Amino acid sequence: MAYVAVKGGERAITNAHRWLAEDRRGDVAIPEIETDQIREQLSLSVDRVMSEGSCYDRDLAALAVKQAGGDLPEAIFLMRAYRTTLPRFGASLPVETGQMAVRRRISAAFKDIPGGQLLGPTFDYTHRLLDFTLAANGETPVEGALEAEEAQAYPMATIASVFAHEDLLEPDVRTEDAPAPFDLTREPMAFPAGRDQRLQALARGDEGFLLSLAYSSQRGWGSTHPLCAEIRLGEVAVEFIPDELGFAIEIGDLTLTECQMISTYGGGIDTAPQFARGYGLTFGHCERKAMSMAIVDRALRDAAAGEASAPCQDEEFVLYHSDNVEASGFVQHLKLPHYVDFQADLQLIRRQRRDYAERAAAMKEAAE
Amino acid sequence: MTARPNEPERYYNYAYLDEQTKRMIRRAILKALAIPGYQAPFGSREMPVPYGWGTGGIQLTAAIIGPDDVYKCIDQGADDTTNAVSIRRFFAQVADVATTEDTGEATIIQTRHRIPEKGLTEGQVLIFQVPQPEPLRGLEARETETRAMHAYEEYGLQYVSLYESVSTHGYIASTVGYPTMIEERYLMSPSPIPKFDNPKMGDNPAILLFGAGREKRIYAVPPYTNVRSLDFEDHPFETQTWEEDCALCGATESYLDEVVLDDSGDRMFVCSDSNFCADRRAAGHAGPMAGHQLAALDKEPA
Amino acid sequence: MSAVLDLAAIAPAFPDPTRGSQAVFRKVMEAMARPGVIHDLGFAPDAPQGLDRAAGAIALTLFDFETQVWLDPALRGGTAEGWIRFHCGAPLTADPMAAAFALITELGSAPELTAFNMGDAKYPDRSTTLVIQLPALEGGAPVVLTGPGIKTEMALALAGLPDGFWAQVQANHEQFQFGLDFIFVAGDRVTALPRSTRVTIKGD
Repeated sequence: MAYVAVKGGERAITNAHRWLAEDRRGDVAIPEIETDQIREQLSLSVDRVMSEGSCYDRDLAALAVKQAGGDLPEAIFLMRAYRTTLPRFGASLPVETGQMAVRRRISAAFKDIPGGQLLGPTFDYTHRLLDFTLAANGETPVEGALEAEEAQAYPMATIASVFAHEDLLEPDVRTEDAPAPFDLTREPMAFPAGRDQRLQALARGDEGFLLSLAYSSQRGWGSTHPLCAEIRLGEVAVEFIPDELGFAIEIGDLTLTECQMISTYGGGIDTAPQFARGYGLTFGHCERKAMSMAIVDRALRDAAAGEASAPCQDEEFVLYHSDNVEASGFVQHLKLPHYVDFQADLQLIRRQRRDYAERAAAMKEAAE
Repeated sequence: MTARPNEPERYYNYAYLDEQTKRMIRRAILKALAIPGYQAPFGSREMPVPYGWGTGGIQLTAAIIGPDDVYKCIDQGADDTTNAVSIRRFFAQVADVATTEDTGEATIIQTRHRIPEKGLTEGQVLIFQVPQPEPLRGLEARETETRAMHAYEEYGLQYVSLYESVSTHGYIASTVGYPTMIEERYLMSPSPIPKFDNPKMGDNPAILLFGAGREKRIYAVPPYTNVRSLDFEDHPFETQTWEEDCALCGATESYLDEVVLDDSGDRMFVCSDSNFCADRRAAGHAGPMAGHQLAALDKEPA
Repeated sequence: MSAVLDLAAIAPAFPDPTRGSQAVFRKVMEAMARPGVIHDLGFAPDAPQGLDRAAGAIALTLFDFETQVWLDPALRGGTAEGWIRFHCGAPLTADPMAAAFALITELGSAPELTAFNMGDAKYPDRSTTLVIQLPALEGGAPVVLTGPGIKTEMALALAGLPDGFWAQVQANHEQFQFGLDFIFVAGDRVTALPRSTRVTIKGD
C-alpha cells in the first residue's frame, strides 16, 4: 500500500528528505567534504553552476554542488531558486573583455596575433590517462607552472581590433540610447527574439544541449563552417555607477570565458562579403560551453535572415528547449501521479479494443 | 482545518514571492479575467519546486493568498498525494495560512488534474496547475503560429483534428485536456482534467485561474462564463461513465480511479476526490467494499 | 514629469504593504471577475488630496516601476502625483497610448476612450486599464450589464458620467478581443467593468 495509499504523505516526505541527506553524506567514516574544498578543487563544477545558475558567487555555487550531491543540474536549480529571491540594486556597466587580465588566449585563425597565443590552464593536450597518483591519500604533489610563456602586454588586442583595419569582420556596434536589454528572468520569451534575449538564453542554457546542437551544425545540420577566432579566459573588472556618486566605481571582478567564432558571410545586395561572428560568454572557465554557445549564436543568426532549416537554426526550438531547469522539471514531473489521466486512457483503449474486436469478428463472419 | 504555524522569523517574504513579483502577477490576473480564455504572458519566476510540479499554480496562489484564507491543495482529486501534501505544507509555512481538506471550507483550492465533485461557491477561487497552456500545441509546435491562430480566431486545425478522430474511431477519442471554447471566442485548454470535469467549468460560481509557470502564461475563466466543449452536431460531447460505483462510498456519479488489487485481474474503483468520498462515508453511504483498508486512510493525518 | 519630490509633504501609504495590497487586490480581483458588484476598501490608508481612498489603494496595489501611468491633468504636479511617484515608483507618461494605467478624476475633460491603448491582436492584454474616480457608484442613470462574471444580469448606476460615455464603453466592448478595462472608484468603494461586459442602456 506504500505508494497508492499516500496518506501519511507528510511522514513519507520527511523520511525521504532524511534518507536523501544520509545518502549525500555517504560513509561517515570518510571526512565530510567542505564547501571550500569544492570551491577550490572542483572549480569547474562551480563554474558551470554559476554560469547556468546565472549567479556569480563561488561559495554559494560550492554549497549548491555539495547540497546536490554533485548533481550539477540540481545544483543549478538551487542557485536559480535562490537568485530569484535576491533584490536588485541596479545594473553594472558592460564588462570590457578587451581589458581582461588574460590567463589563456588562443586563436585558431592566425598562427600568431598581437598579444600572442597563451595556452594557459587547459585539458587540451593532456593525455587522458587516469592519474593514479591522484587516488593516493594525502597531498597531490603540485609543481608550479613553468615560466615558458612570457608575460603579455595588456590590454590584449581583441579579435575585432585585429581585423578592424581591413573591415573583414563585422564590427562591434554599440547602440547608443539602446533600450534596456531584454531580461528573461523578468519577462517571458518573445519571438522573433532579439540578440540580447538569445544570448541571455544561451548563456543560461544547458551545456550538453548546446554542445549537441553545435555538433549537429558542424556535421551539416545547418552548417556555418565556424572557425575559432579567439578564446580568452581571465578576470575582468565590474563597474557600477551608484546613484549617489554619479561616477563609476569598481565593485569586484569576474572570471569569464569568451569565445568568438567566425564564419564567412557571402554578403548581400548592399553588404560586402565578410566574416560574421558568433559569440559565447560564460562565468568562470567553461570553454566547451562558450564555444558551443558561439556556434549556436552564429547558426541562429541565419534564422533571423530567414535561412532556418536545421534544428540549431530554429530559434523557437533552440530557445524554448535550452534551459535545463525547465527541461529537467518537466521531464521529471512525469513521476507525479497521473492516475486520473491514466484511468481516462484505460477507458479509451478498452473501448477501442472492443470496437476492434467487433470489427474483426464482423469481417471474419463476412469472409466465411 | 489545521491551525497556522507561527513562524517568528522569516527568511523569505510573506508567501515567498517578493511584492513586485506579486504585483506583476496580479496585473496579469486582472487582464486574464478581462479576456476570458486568453493566455496572458507573465514574468514567471523560478520557484523552489521544479517546473512541471505546480510552479504556475503556486505563483498564482502566492499572489492572491492572505492570512485569512483557508487553503486546500489536491492532486488527482486527492488531498493526500505527495505533491499536494508538499505544496500545502509550503503555504502553511510561508503564508501562515490555515489549511483544510474540506472543499466547502476552502477559500482557495489549488488543483492538478481535477475539479472537485462538490459544487464550488461564490467567493472561492480554484487555481489550476497547467503543464501546457496551449490547446493547439499538439497540432502546431510553434508558439508564433498558435498565437496568430488565437489572434485571428483561426481554429480550423482543431476542428479538423476532431473530425479526423471521428472518422477514425467513430467518436472523438480525446479524454483529458479536452478543448473548450470560452465565450465563443478563445479556444482554451482546461488543463489535463478529464473531460468528465469539463461541464463543471461553465457557469461556475467560483473564479477559475490557470497558471503555467514553465510556459509563463496565466489565463482565467470568470464566474458564470460560457464554456463549451467542442463537438459536432452528430457527435455531441460526452463524458466518461463507469459501470461500477465507488467501492467505498457507493457514489454513482463521481470520477473513479481504478485500483489494482492483485495480479489476477481484480480491481476496485474508488472516488478520485478523496474529500468527497470521505464525506459520503461519514454521512453513512457505503459501497460494496466499504470495509477495505483504503477507507481507513482518511483517518490518518496527511 | 520629474520634478524633485518634497519628501516631507508625502503622506504615508499602507502601514503593512504586504497585507494591505493583498487585501485590496482580492477585492479588485473579485470586482473584475464579477462586473458591477461594488466592494468596500475602507480599510485602506488615506489618499492624498485629489484622490479618494479607493483610488489611492488601487494605485498602491497595482502601479510600480514596470507600469507607465497616465495621470489626468487635474492630478499632475500636485500632491497626488508626488505620492504616486514616491510610493509606487511608477514612471508617468503624457501619452495615453503608452499607459498601462490611466488615473482619471475628471472624466468630463478626459480624452476619448479611443485615445488609450486597446492592445494588439496577439497581445490584447497590453491595453490600458482605466481607473476612473466618480462622485458615487450609485444614483446615476442605470444600465444593465451582462456577460462573463454575471449570472443573469446586473444593474449599475454610476453617478457623474459625461454624456455619451456609455456609448463609448459599448463601442469598446464591440471590439473584443481588443479593449480597455475599467475600474471605477468613489470614496471607499470600487467596482469594475472589463471589456467583456455588454452594457445595455435602459430604453435602448
